[in-house]
Amino acid sequence: METVKAKQKKTSTKKSVKITGAEAIIHCLLEEGVDLIYGYPGGAIMPVYDELYKFQDKLTHILTRHEQGATHAAQGYARVSGRVGVAMATSGPGATNLVTGLADAQIDSTPIVCITGQVPRHLLGSDAFQETDIVGISTPVTKWNHQITKASEIPEVMAKAFYIAKSGRPGPVLIDITKNAQFDELDFSYEKCTGVRSYKPVPQPNLDSIAEAAEVINNAKKPYIVWGQGIILGKAEEELKALVEKAGIPAAWTIMGESAIPTDHPLNVGMVGMHGNYGPNVLTNECDVLLAIGMRFDDRVTGKLDTYAKQAKVIHFEIDPAEVGKNVKPDIAILGNCKETLALLLPMIKENEHQEWKAEFDKKYEEEFETVIKNDIHPTKPGLTMGEVIEEINLASEHKAVMVTDVGQHQMIACRYAKFKQTKSNITSGGLGTMGFALPAAIGAKQGAPERQVVTIIGDGGYQMTIQELGVIFQHNLGIKIVVLNNDHLGMVRQWQELFFERRYASTIMTNPDFVKIAEGYHIKSSRVSERENLKATIQEMMAFEGPYFLEVVVEKEDNVFPMIPSGASVSDIRLK
Amino acid sequence: MGIGLMEKQWFTISVYSENSVGLLNRISGIFLKRHINIESLNVSKSEIEHVSKFTIVVNTTEDWTRKIVQQIEKQVEVIKAFYHTDEETIYQESALFKIKSALLFDEPQIQNAIKESNSKIVTVHREFFVLAKTGRRHEIDEMHDRLEPFGIMQFVRSGRIAVSKAKMPITEILEEFHLNN
Repeated sequence: METVKAKQKKTSTKKSVKITGAEAIIHCLLEEGVDLIYGYPGGAIMPVYDELYKFQDKLTHILTRHEQGATHAAQGYARVSGRVGVAMATSGPGATNLVTGLADAQIDSTPIVCITGQVPRHLLGSDAFQETDIVGISTPVTKWNHQITKASEIPEVMAKAFYIAKSGRPGPVLIDITKNAQFDELDFSYEKCTGVRSYKPVPQPNLDSIAEAAEVINNAKKPYIVWGQGIILGKAEEELKALVEKAGIPAAWTIMGESAIPTDHPLNVGMVGMHGNYGPNVLTNECDVLLAIGMRFDDRVTGKLDTYAKQAKVIHFEIDPAEVGKNVKPDIAILGNCKETLALLLPMIKENEHQEWKAEFDKKYEEEFETVIKNDIHPTKPGLTMGEVIEEINLASEHKAVMVTDVGQHQMIACRYAKFKQTKSNITSGGLGTMGFALPAAIGAKQGAPERQVVTIIGDGGYQMTIQELGVIFQHNLGIKIVVLNNDHLGMVRQWQELFFERRYASTIMTNPDFVKIAEGYHIKSSRVSERENLKATIQEMMAFEGPYFLEVVVEKEDNVFPMIPSGASVSDIRLK
Repeated sequence: MGIGLMEKQWFTISVYSENSVGLLNRISGIFLKRHINIESLNVSKSEIEHVSKFTIVVNTTEDWTRKIVQQIEKQVEVIKAFYHTDEETIYQESALFKIKSALLFDEPQIQNAIKESNSKIVTVHREFFVLAKTGRRHEIDEMHDRLEPFGIMQFVRSGRIAVSKAKMPITEILEEFHLNN
């Protein structure tokens, strides 16, 4: 019955040479086009670091100050550049420190490859020094992982790792390499992987479903698009824009999809989800056709599922078959890469306008502007708001900057009010909500797009989770603009305590250090703003400054983020105050 | 028939995969993450050389089963996963009973039980004999109940093994990969 022998498809064969496993790992990285990796050395990965020393001219290694920082930096790099990010760590604690970044990359579909050292083969299972079962630990949070115990396995496994990380729905891959496999020699030749027989990265589009969808869209009176990161990962920004414009469909985004279409596009109606815009949430339950494109109906987007878009025909464009019907059962599922499926759909779509329908979004926006937005970005009361800081950054960046956010109130405010002209501009921890993500991710973002201005917005809580990465920014003089919005609280948790736990502020009030002094300790140019009159000029100074800049903005301590869909409520029940 | 997506029933999940270290952990994690108990698990070679087959039995809703199968199939080293109801499969389990040899000669009811249940004596030692019984779980349970009063020294039952009445087209999937690459 065996009909297929080759399980992995490869291209390009080169003459083999005898080298050590450690050197082979470097060659594999170079063959995959890697020129920058993040990591932290230690006993079980030392042979590879020894080779890195010899290859410094071809492969830059950035020593993050914690392994978690390496994974988030690799993520930031991957998200702005579309390339695979690479992080490296030693065995044991080095490896376990990667887990948060792996989980973040898994839930946000970010292509990264993590390489960990492991104790020698003969010590596996003996509880040797710094031995931990990282393959077992990382299994639920990786797209694929594998342990290499023989040097000869290195080229094939590394090729497979890169192929799996970046193909189909991208994700994190971890390769654990025992120390003996790093020391031993192998006959090295590298062939890129182009297919794995048990793995189908992109499902075949079904033309009948696409034709059916076109008919539904053409007959729709109130069609509505919600797009997600799938558009960015699939490089389908132009196709999405063409569909939106041709069919005249109002389109909203999840935070992971933000910036795929410019903020000021007339049919870009804003953000969905718990702290999204009013119209995009409420009108989800009034549209007649909902096109969900490259998004996965996260609970923070849908609110209560039983009351989510029940009146609408749902068309789900999705690359991952396991997402279809996972949360929302679509009437039509269009499997495939959305770049391809949207291109197939477009010629069948009739030109249309839905002005009355679009006007409903505008009306809702007016309402939201009067109740919420106006006070957020043009406040009249004394204390500074997070919204006005974002607005000043918009003005100074001319909507061209990459914005890297952490998790919490500042993240929601930044996603709501930041304006973008270019795709891959909003880097945030969406699915996992990892506090501490932003500072290291900004390092990766700056190195992945060195020509772009990178601004990172962080709360005072998350900042202190990975604050040590200031060392990297200082050492490599990375021109990142770091903005800490300091309200001396874990603001989002405090907001929930105020609204749902009768103001019992359990462990959400923080006594903070002098953040400016800390940044100065790292020789980073710093400022603090606590008065409105100084905000504009300081932000302009920061944005114009060559090199890294730290800005602490002292904002109102007890401001809340609105609108808000209370946990478990329907999108229709979004609160404006 | 007539059982809704949301009512619990028995499903047999069949997973064809590469034979790789760690895949069992990856698959069982999918059940763990959803707090669903695996009622029975069997891993063996399949009809295709170097392709493994997992046979997993769960008692849950079809909705959950379908989602779990989608997640299993998503794993890189899984070739294809299917789920079937009991009516859609031919399935069996095996059991071994270790019993004191003396009872074989002293208790006519044991001899009757062996004859009537179609079980087989695998081996007879001075001290004990071993009985093998293959069948549906309730048949094995019945056998167990009949023997228990006399004393069972050891008992073990295997996971379910099953074949589906419908085709599971694995060879075609592998051939398609071969043709396209």
